[in-house]
This record gives sequence, structure tokens and C-alpha cells, in this order.
Amino acid sequence: MSRRVVITGLGVVAANANNTRDFELALRKGQSGLRANAAMAEAGFACRVAGVPQGVDAIAESIFEPDELLAMNSGHRYVGIAAYDAWLDAGLERPERGGERVDWESGAVLGTGIGGMDTMGSRVVPMVDAGKVRRIGSTAVEQVMASGVSARVAGLLGLGGQVSTNSSACSTGTEAVVEGYRRIRQGLASRVLCGGAEAATPYIWAGFDAMRVLCRSFNEEPEKASRPMSASAGGFVPGAGAGVLLLESLESARARRAPIYAEVAGAAANCGGQRGGGSMTAPNPSGVVRCIRAALAESPIRADQVDAINGHLTATGADSREIAAWATALERTPDTLPVITSTKSMVGHALGASGAIESVATVLMLQRGFVHPSINCEDVHPEIEPYARAIPHGVLDMPDLRVAIKASFGFGDVNACVVFAKWDS
Amino acid sequence: MERAQAFDKVIEILSPHVRNRDALADARDDTHILDDLKVNSARLVDVVLAFEDEFDIEIPDEDVDSVNTIGDCVRLVLARRN
Repeated sequence: MSRRVVITGLGVVAANANNTRDFELALRKGQSGLRANAAMAEAGFACRVAGVPQGVDAIAESIFEPDELLAMNSGHRYVGIAAYDAWLDAGLERPERGGERVDWESGAVLGTGIGGMDTMGSRVVPMVDAGKVRRIGSTAVEQVMASGVSARVAGLLGLGGQVSTNSSACSTGTEAVVEGYRRIRQGLASRVLCGGAEAATPYIWAGFDAMRVLCRSFNEEPEKASRPMSASAGGFVPGAGAGVLLLESLESARARRAPIYAEVAGAAANCGGQRGGGSMTAPNPSGVVRCIRAALAESPIRADQVDAINGHLTATGADSREIAAWATALERTPDTLPVITSTKSMVGHALGASGAIESVATVLMLQRGFVHPSINCEDVHPEIEPYARAIPHGVLDMPDLRVAIKASFGFGDVNACVVFAKWDS
Repeated sequence: MERAQAFDKVIEILSPHVRNRDALADARDDTHILDDLKVNSARLVDVVLAFEDEFDIEIPDEDVDSVNTIGDCVRLVLARRN
């Protein structure tokens, strides 16, 4: 059984917007959500800028009951809001709380890269170290267990299909779309909420700062700190948030007369084996190329039909190698590489949520016919300079945009790629 | 501490955990915390910690096992305070 898979709902909580309408506007304007972060400064971080969603607690309090809120840390709030928005966006109803109805046809793959480190750092570790284990309370486990993000959404929406959390570092969010696509293709579910969430806490970001992979030279100009593809890029800016896409079988979407955003035309995930230049922290370029090609091979789309790329593009030294990999995989030259953009330039790198937030951006661009700017790269990196014509510095109106491709690459040398195609009703 | 004062504090502490708001509005001594108020049983741990903080008491685990109703909570915190 092999079914077509479409997208019928979107939800997003990102540094520059907390819903898809505002997100689209922010993307079009090239609006950065990056801000100076006092907690990072206080803790002695070299990087003191982060992309933290704003106003989330007020939204959460308007959606969730007090007892639900008591058990939801930041990652749970982000994913709960995004999943709830995607669900309603798809024309589905929020089930009655305390009701008995279970939606056996709907599941979730909602991932996280690091997990509930805010709860771990603020409650579990201090209490254990102080010999006060009893005072940790009842909600710590459900907040720190990796599957907490998907489990939380399952309870909020009464999901009865397979509900799981994937984790593959910075490819998590995109990999979740790959996984959900496969479940629907195989007839295992009619609908799967796919995406990822990452908490906002210095406890997550500290290790990256210690690795010297965060941007440390734009602390006084936070909105300029995330500079993918730029000669002055000096590392990524950590972010947080969630993105959720409701993937649905075409049959189910048609039966419900649900509006369709786009089709998931193909998807793939792999690992570079930490060989051929790949390592725990760097990708094997051959693995990246194979992953992109595998996603296209699964679709009816040829490499020369790709119109736009939403890259991984974090603003590290890997950007130039990524561009070269895209050109190889799509069999393009510097003169023919499709337009390529980085959502991270505005929202930072939300780690396990990044691929999901960026997939939401990609689907919005495809459906509305535009490509958002990749900001802060007026000084294109010398190794990327041959491809400079493909980088949008302002919003591009592309009414004929038909195919957009999204890939994410993560520590562990893991890759995930999704081919999105415009839907013609 | 007055019994009525303790009752109100118990209600206040239970309140964010309560899923049946109607039952909370009509709360009495014999209102059952799990069956009537629909508090998730796992959250009793957090309720007991909040009692300890609010009333400046320590509540042994064995005492928690006998708490079923709002009246049980009031009796427990008053007994421990005294």
C-alpha cells in the first residue's frame, strides 16, 4: 500500500512569531526574532544572543487548563501550542477534555534534540544534589522523558495512533516529517502530527558555547548575529520553539474536504557513517548528497525541477560545504543553483525543532508563492560567492514556485530531506 | 489556625490541579479529591508538598495514604500544625 501524503495543517512557535500568519509576515519582512539573553550573559557565555519565542505563557494560559500548565515546561508549551494550531488549522476539532473519544486514525511523531533540560537543570539536579529528592514533585519525569513532547500532545488531542518522539540532533524536526510521511504511505495512519520542539534554556546551549560553535562576535547587535552563508558568520545562534505539520493521506483529506497546503512528494533520511570526512559533529558530504537524491528518487520530481531550497545553513563553516552538496545532488552549477535561503538567519537554530519550523516556512512559501530573504549575508562567504545570485536578500515573489526542498543535518552525521510540491486542487 | 482558614487554604492549593471546576465550587468536607474533583492521582505528591510549604509542616508518607477527601486534608494539616 502506497498512498499520497498531503499537508493539511500548520502550527509554529518561533523566535519571530507564534502563529503561522505572523510567521509568514515576519519571514516576508526578514524580521529577526533574536534578542540579547541576560541568562547567557550571567552564566558567562561567549554568545549572549538567543532566539526565544515571546509571549508564549499568555498563549498557553488561554489554551490549556491550570493542571495541564503545571506539568508543561517550555518545550511542552511550544509543542502544545503548535500542535493545537495545526490541528485546528486542518479543520479538526479539539476533543472535549475528560471525554472518552480517542482518534485511532491519528498519531504523532514529535521529536526533540535535547529534551527537558530546563526541568532537569532547574529542579532535578539541584534537588538531588541537595538531598531533597522527595521535593522534585510528580511532574519531573513526564517533562524530562524524551517522549514527553509527543505524549503531551497525544493527551491534549486524544490521539490513538502510534505516538512517538524521534531524536536525531539537529535533523530531528525534518526527520519527523520523513517518519510521518512513511507511516501514512504505508497505511499505518490517516493523519500524523509531525514536527519537533526544543526548550529555551542555557542548560541546553552551554555545551555548544563550550564547543565554540555559537556566534560570539555580534552580542551587541543581536538581530545581526545569525549570519548563514556570510563571510562574517562565526557560529550559530541558539534558538527554541516548535513546528508542527499535520500530514494526512490524500484520501482522508479529500473525504474531510480539508484544504491542502502542499504535498509531501518524497522524503529520506540516512547517516554518513561518520566516514569520508564525517564525524560525530560533521557530515560526510557523500551522505548528504545521497540523502537529497534519495528523497527526490522517492518522488516523481526530477532534480532539475527543484525551484527553491530551504537549507540547513546554520552560519558555521559547514555552510559552504552544504552549498556544494546541494549543487552536486541537484546536478546544478553556480549559475543554475535554485534560490537558497536560511530560516535560521531570522529565528536562530532551534536544534531539534529547527527542521520542523523550517518545514513550516517552506510549506508557507510554496503555498503562497514566495521565498523569504536570507538575512545578514550581504558579505557572502568567499567559497559561496560563485552561488551568490541564488541567495535572496529581500523577499522574492515566486508565483510559479512548484517544488521546494528542505534538508537538515545533525550531530552523529545524520541527514533528513523532504521534497514539498505545490498542490493543485 | 482556624479550621475555616485551613479549609480555604486547602481549596486554594488543590485548585490548579482540579479538572472538575463545578465540584470545586461546591466543595465540602466529604468532597473526594480524585473521584469528585478529578485530580490526577499522581499530583497528590505536589499537593502534599504545597501543604508542607504553606502550613510549615512535615507530612509523613504514611499519613498521605489515608487522605481521600478535602476534610481529610484539613484534619491532617491542622493535626500536624498542632
